[in-house]
Amino acid sequence: MSRFTRRKFLKASGSTLALSTAGFGFPHIAMSAKKKVVVIGGGVGGTIAAKYIAKGDSSIDVTVIEAKPHHHTCFMSNEVIGGDRDISTIKFGYDKFADHGIKVVQDKAVAIDPVAHKVTTAGGATLEYDRLVMSPGIALKWEAIEGYDEAAAEVMPHAWIAGPQTALLRKQLESMDDGGVVLLAPPGNPFRCPPGPYERAAQIAHYFKHHKPKSKILILDAKDKFSKQGLFMQGYKNVYGDMIEWVAGADTGGGVTSVDPSAMKVNTDFDEYKVAVANIIPPQKAAQIAQDADLTDESGWCPVDLGTFESKKHKDIHVIGDAGIITGMPKSGFAAGTEAKVCAMAIVNQLQDKEPGLNSYANACYSIIAPDYGISVVAVYKLADDRSKIDKISGGLTPSDATPEALRREVQYAYSWFNNMTAEMFS
Amino acid sequence: MLYTIARQTLLLSVFGLLSFNISLASEMASPSMLSDTCLGCHGPSGISDGPATPTISGMSEIYLIGAMLAYKYDNDEDKVDAVIEADPDLEDVEYFARTSTVMDRIAKGYTEAEIKAIAKYFAALPFKAQKQDVNVEQAQAGASIHENHCEKCHEDGGRSAEDDAGVLAGQWIPYLEYTMADFFSGDRAMPKKMKKQMKEVHEMHGENSVAELIQFYANQE
Repeated sequence: MSRFTRRKFLKASGSTLALSTAGFGFPHIAMSAKKKVVVIGGGVGGTIAAKYIAKGDSSIDVTVIEAKPHHHTCFMSNEVIGGDRDISTIKFGYDKFADHGIKVVQDKAVAIDPVAHKVTTAGGATLEYDRLVMSPGIALKWEAIEGYDEAAAEVMPHAWIAGPQTALLRKQLESMDDGGVVLLAPPGNPFRCPPGPYERAAQIAHYFKHHKPKSKILILDAKDKFSKQGLFMQGYKNVYGDMIEWVAGADTGGGVTSVDPSAMKVNTDFDEYKVAVANIIPPQKAAQIAQDADLTDESGWCPVDLGTFESKKHKDIHVIGDAGIITGMPKSGFAAGTEAKVCAMAIVNQLQDKEPGLNSYANACYSIIAPDYGISVVAVYKLADDRSKIDKISGGLTPSDATPEALRREVQYAYSWFNNMTAEMFS
Repeated sequence: MLYTIARQTLLLSVFGLLSFNISLASEMASPSMLSDTCLGCHGPSGISDGPATPTISGMSEIYLIGAMLAYKYDNDEDKVDAVIEADPDLEDVEYFARTSTVMDRIAKGYTEAEIKAIAKYFAALPFKAQKQDVNVEQAQAGASIHENHCEKCHEDGGRSAEDDAGVLAGQWIPYLEYTMADFFSGDRAMPKKMKKQMKEVHEMHGENSVAELIQFYANQE
């Protein structure tokens, strides 16, 4: 039911009430019918949106649809790849959701009918909604790099959706001989977790420094600049000397263009590389369900109103997290959380027919270069008056002259971020 | 006739005032909307899962405002004092320099009115001490040091937020360690009374005394 017809509905019910006191005895079931919110995706955006909607109005019926029984967080998965962290520590379940009155449907959403307000799952269930929250994450663009498809990813992992891919990359690093080259290929913008590939390079170097000191990491970038670049380059040099080499897109003709997994060869327009391990992070788009439901535009991502995260393509469907076009904010885990909170408040207000208040948005993103060397970027934002973007009010990077003690503390704050973010999601 | 005009003016000005107030209030996000942005790092309901970020729920409102203003104005005492003087609500806020990693970058994103709203919001939430591994022997030694030197301001074993002291009981050990290191390096300013007491603590109880105090606070439930 749309919020506009709901107003009419309330008016209509008001007159029904008058009629019933006059003795017509109209049953009031419709008035007390619970509002239904369905959430697709049990990652950062989905879990936090569900919890904040349930907290904002306990009378709303909230259901999360998530195909996987467990979620592996992308954040801290680079520490798993570097070997400092066991993969079990980034694995979380949904057993606490019942305590919040939230239902979790372990199934895959396969179709959305935006007119009838219905979601169909692979298991054949149909769920009705008043509001649908989509936080489906990303899909990888197979064959955007020639030869890089799902089968190739079993040889040259992307490890950009955490879980088995993370474990695979770790295993390859463990089994390679000392003296080998790991090639890391980050995509062009926009993509999930902009500083992620560069933190990963540092985490792999951390492993090599202590276990395979003759090995090298070659980053063949599609881009000419990247997130926290100055701080990363400074950190690479300070901690790992010349173990990590970064090559800008301009020097390779735009990064990796094709791969040959059977020969462990990676090509750019200019050169061919034979490597021990290849971590190919392909270009991305919004997850398949968002494409199928016609929520994306020609960019492959979902256009939304930045104040409510309601889709610009279909009413009563909100898109948050990496799948959305969130002009002004990065595709980060923290951003997905902040979007979820703003979206939850908007939905609660709409379903209660309340005027929306102003929004507040934030981002905090840590990268761990070494166990005693952390860096960060943070920001506080407000919605622009014309709603065209989310404007940064303050924030910025770790200062380049930060003391060793400050860098050491940033690692501990990064761990605190991880514990508190995952508590926001799963506790 | 005159009466009518006066009444109209009165009505107009009342209406004007009203709409002015409404527009003032609507320029700011709600306290919960503002405060929710803190929770990704400070934990659900402001109770941190650690290991280092402090719990901010149940802290003194005045203490939180003082901290945020020091961050916002990069320890510029004149600027903070000017803000305090301009706002009768902030009468009890005292300026103390403090260092941070990210908070100075974040605090600049909030207006004084927003900082007040956030501080009030967290001050009204209950504090929850965190269970952590402590050195019991050191904690016991710390208990008597606390009693003799710290209890007067950090009442009830450091649990109280009265007198606008920071809540120490049940805070995470790394946070307490960073804070004390900053006090002794001069990166964070000690209130006069604390300076005097800490000097005595050091003289009377030796160099382990700070670690003992930290273990004592960490051990409080």
